[in-house]
Amino acid sequence: MSDLFEDYSMAAELTGAYDEMFAPGQIPRHAYAQIAGALEELTLTDVTARADSMARTFLDRGVTFDYAGEERPFPIDIVPRIISGEDWDIVERGVKQRVRALEAFLDDVYGNMKVVADGVIPRRLITSSAHFHREVSGFDPVAGARVMISGIDLIRDANGTFRVLEDNVRVPSGVSYVLENRRAMAKGLPEAFGQQRVRPVEEYPRRLLSALRKSAPPSVEDPTVVVLTPGVYNSAYFEHTLLAGLMGVELVEGRDLICRGNRVYMRTTAGEQRVDVIYKRIDDEFLDPLQFRSDSMLGCPGIVNAARAGGVTVTNAVGNGVADDKLVYSYVPDLIRYYLDEEPVIDNVDTYRLEDEQSREYVLAHLDELVVKPVGGSGGKGLVIGPDASKEELEALRAKVLAEPREWIAQPVLQLSTVPTMSGDKFAPRHVDLRPFAINDGDDVYVLPGGLTRVALKEGSLIVNSSQGGGSKDTWVLADGVPGPVQQGQKHVAERASGRSTDSDWQNQQAETEQQ
Amino acid sequence: MLSRIAESLFWIGRYVERADGTARILDVHLERLNQMPSDEQHIMSRDLLAVMGNRPDNEEFDVNDLLHALAYDRSSPTSISGSLGAARENARRARETVSSALWECLNTTWYGLNQHRKDVVGTYRFCNWVLERTAMVTGLADTTVSHDEGWQFLVLGRSLERADMTARMLSTQNVMSSSMSWVNMLRCAGAYESFLRTRQAAFGDDHAAEFLLLDRLFPRSIVYALSDAESCLASLEPTYQRVGFGNDARRVVGQARTFLEFHQTDDLLSELPEHMERVQKATAQASDAISRKYFSQAEDLSWVGELS
Repeated sequence: MSDLFEDYSMAAELTGAYDEMFAPGQIPRHAYAQIAGALEELTLTDVTARADSMARTFLDRGVTFDYAGEERPFPIDIVPRIISGEDWDIVERGVKQRVRALEAFLDDVYGNMKVVADGVIPRRLITSSAHFHREVSGFDPVAGARVMISGIDLIRDANGTFRVLEDNVRVPSGVSYVLENRRAMAKGLPEAFGQQRVRPVEEYPRRLLSALRKSAPPSVEDPTVVVLTPGVYNSAYFEHTLLAGLMGVELVEGRDLICRGNRVYMRTTAGEQRVDVIYKRIDDEFLDPLQFRSDSMLGCPGIVNAARAGGVTVTNAVGNGVADDKLVYSYVPDLIRYYLDEEPVIDNVDTYRLEDEQSREYVLAHLDELVVKPVGGSGGKGLVIGPDASKEELEALRAKVLAEPREWIAQPVLQLSTVPTMSGDKFAPRHVDLRPFAINDGDDVYVLPGGLTRVALKEGSLIVNSSQGGGSKDTWVLADGVPGPVQQGQKHVAERASGRSTDSDWQNQQAETEQQ
Repeated sequence: MLSRIAESLFWIGRYVERADGTARILDVHLERLNQMPSDEQHIMSRDLLAVMGNRPDNEEFDVNDLLHALAYDRSSPTSISGSLGAARENARRARETVSSALWECLNTTWYGLNQHRKDVVGTYRFCNWVLERTAMVTGLADTTVSHDEGWQFLVLGRSLERADMTARMLSTQNVMSSSMSWVNMLRCAGAYESFLRTRQAAFGDDHAAEFLLLDRLFPRSIVYALSDAESCLASLEPTYQRVGFGNDARRVVGQARTFLEFHQTDDLLSELPEHMERVQKATAQASDAISRKYFSQAEDLSWVGELS
């Protein structure tokens, strides 16, 4: 092993987590064998030079996220995260299953609420969710896909087993980094790809577009799809532009749209043009001032009514937030059994529901050992990690939990798995999670082979969110099997003209002239 | 203007465009090549070299040889370094005609050729740098040179080379037998986003080929490049004729363009090699015809030589 990995296994052992690259004793696991070989050939200067150039490429290309009004690059680490074919099979099946269950659940919740009648989940829990929108109760999405785009966050526990950490079925972001990371890796560390087949990720925008088109109102022949963004100050604005660009559709803001007669139009130089499908990248609350926050300047009045009347399809469906409420999350394994009659492929992380008196007492007594999360939050906001928190923070938390137990859940502190990550002048173990992206077109769920691996760049940190000092890694899913034989074809060589003035010609001529 | 100067300008246009196109093709395909097993790599390297109009000089031709042949070989007019060297050499011999900004740009580029690492990672950067430099040359030529006869020759060379280059980009379609070849084709031409915006959901090899071959608005499509060449030829010889065209080059270019534009087919893909050959032949013939008509110095010299 080269110096870059000096002391690595010791550091990895200290974290107590599962290291994805090395088995104990610093033996590379099978999927990582090739990359370990490639990294061994590199010196520190090589690695830093490449990492710098990758970072610069990201800045040049504008691969940034907006944090507190500032454009920041999303740092990519030079070591990819690799998932073997067998492991991926579990992820893929688990994500598909989960998406199908959440889809059925949402359909039920905004329909007859059979799940409540059958006693699987308490009614109070659904109706008290901040993201349960009565406004959309009773309407069916055209293609049967409320959760068209989802990102189910997974982690690997100390045994390396995948667990679901949370569901994101409103506006999951991050897929743009999956696409950009792959491009950056292909140029930054070409020798690592070598003999193994890494499954491509570039198909995503086309899959998304075809699912969106499929969801258009049935009367429309050639649907017009748009991406609705809150605008340039949104943290994921780069992603909105990238997706719209790669799908070849317009990126619109609320002010570009008008609703009339339950139809949505966009203002163009050629007059108003009908819009059939809206890929909504703004929060429900801001979508339609007639239905939700009346002070919203981001949305367009009338969209929800137009969607209800079938004049436009809004994706992901309004009201999906009830399914990724963290308290509902704790019921998802039951929902899978209830709707699909299957056992969950990937288990949840153990979760304490704080409304339950016994659990609450236990949690309050062990606040300094647990992670406590607000149920409606995303992006790691409001989350408190017990062991790292100060006394005052814990006291404040205790008061909040007691005031509103419905708003919080608690989970044990999980040692997320680690992957070697460039840190200073060597590789060190850093904790990672995984967000695979799924597209449900109503008939089938497609899981993008790859996904976003976020990595906590600070030593020992378990928070991977980009807004809190996280970075990302390119995520490779290895294809099974050996590539087929190559066809050997004789190529026709198309000769090309060249000017009289290549160097040698000029010299010859010059020589001739002199002779004369 | 002097024939010799006109010829230099024509070839500056061609060589700069050649460097640009080669850099694009190399950048995109190198990415693919690197993700292949080594035996496949060997075959693809050879095929790619053939598409670029060159033959491997040894049996063990691998990716590093490909890099040398397409990027760094100064003696070869098909490599980036060779093309940029030749462009600079031409500019040096027409310094009094080209603007100093344009000359300086070409000269600086030439001196910069050496300052890159010649491995795979370095080549990506090299390609990007070349694209920047060629864009600068083109921009300076547009803004600091009078759009007179000489400029027409420059643009004429660029347009013909561009048509030829796009034909080669399209030919890479059968080099990369993978399913995503059309994306690469479009990336080579920098046409990916433009293409996506014009086609709603209709993706695929045939649409991409159609776009690069026939689109009337995308500047790197073959039809567009040929139209450009035609209008240059027209302004070089503005006399109006009631019947036909006196200028061979104009006839050849016009025929190639109209053949493409008026041709109707259900299966563009299978006809693609045929089209490519026709386009490449047409650009070569046009180039010859232009040499004969405007730069015929070499022939004259040899005739004079015979007399003395």
